[in-house]
Amino acid sequence: MRILLPILLLVAAGCAEPPKAVPVAPEMVAVIPAADGHIGTVVVRTGGATQVLHGAYAAQRVASDGHATQASLTAEDIRRDFGGTLAALPGRPATFTLYFLEGRDELTPESRQEMEKVLAELKRRPAPDIVVIGHTDTVGTLAYNDKLSLARAERLREMMIELGIPAERIKATGRGKRELLIPTEDNISEARNRRVEISVR
Amino acid sequence: MRTSWILASALALAAPSLALADDVGQIKVAKGAVQIERGGQRLPAAVGTPVQASDVLVTGADGSAGITFSDNSLVSVGPNSVFAIDKYRFDTTTYAGEFEGSLRKGKLAAVSGKMVRQTPESMRIRTPSSVMAVRGTEFVVQVDEPPAAPLAN
Repeated sequence: MRILLPILLLVAAGCAEPPKAVPVAPEMVAVIPAADGHIGTVVVRTGGATQVLHGAYAAQRVASDGHATQASLTAEDIRRDFGGTLAALPGRPATFTLYFLEGRDELTPESRQEMEKVLAELKRRPAPDIVVIGHTDTVGTLAYNDKLSLARAERLREMMIELGIPAERIKATGRGKRELLIPTEDNISEARNRRVEISVR
Repeated sequence: MRTSWILASALALAAPSLALADDVGQIKVAKGAVQIERGGQRLPAAVGTPVQASDVLVTGADGSAGITFSDNSLVSVGPNSVFAIDKYRFDTTTYAGEFEGSLRKGKLAAVSGKMVRQTPESMRIRTPSSVMAVRGTEFVVQVDEPPAAPLAN
């Protein structure tokens, strides 16, 4: 009996699908449809194998013997097994875009109205925090616009603090000329690109 | 100036809703028993509690929780779950970053954020047997308890 056991293990090791000596935790991953209809892709590496899960409910399971298989689930499977988990996802961040009057420290009348919507959104969320993201047009260097966009965001942050929003809940960041609303060549003055985005989350 | 910053940091520790420079996200949803393991300590995780890289989120049998990260990645866990934030960095100017988390057990749902839009697969979720590189956007993961080993050693 003492001698038999090592022999049995050797035989097992020679099989095409060697069972794991110790069972692993069974697991599952599934791509689910995004709220905006975006088709998702997750690349799963298990052991030496790679599976690309693409599209709604594409899934992979790993059994307790370590064997991975591709699976296709249904909306009902996901609701049953992940309903509570999905319900705990935080609310999607809400985004608002504001513009300053040309060359001035003051918001356009439309943007002042938009600010009202920001305040309303803040009231809807538990423990909200705000990211103010400054953007520029393409006039000037990358470094110059990084600095300018941050300065613009900081100015708006200060305006929001004056409106009574706690300072520690607002972060100012600058994207420079990396994310143009209206695509242009370099060194083009474009008012619609000189904007500040407010993300409430 | 320096002193006042240190004072502000000390106050921030007392009030979990205040943000620290090291914060990578915030608990936005917490139901039932939810705790954060940080530096060997277990802290209660309420709505508004900031999370940091290397935090481990732990939920009880009635627990679930949701985190919004700096790059707008959203992650939630269900009951009896353990989720570790192994690595998180995000540059708010370039949107370059790296997010590595591990679901050790339980259930997770996630929505990828700005980091993945900028650099696909910059978000990776590990389980005991697999690594998931995320190209976008929504997915769920489940890790069950392993069945008992047939032979105890």
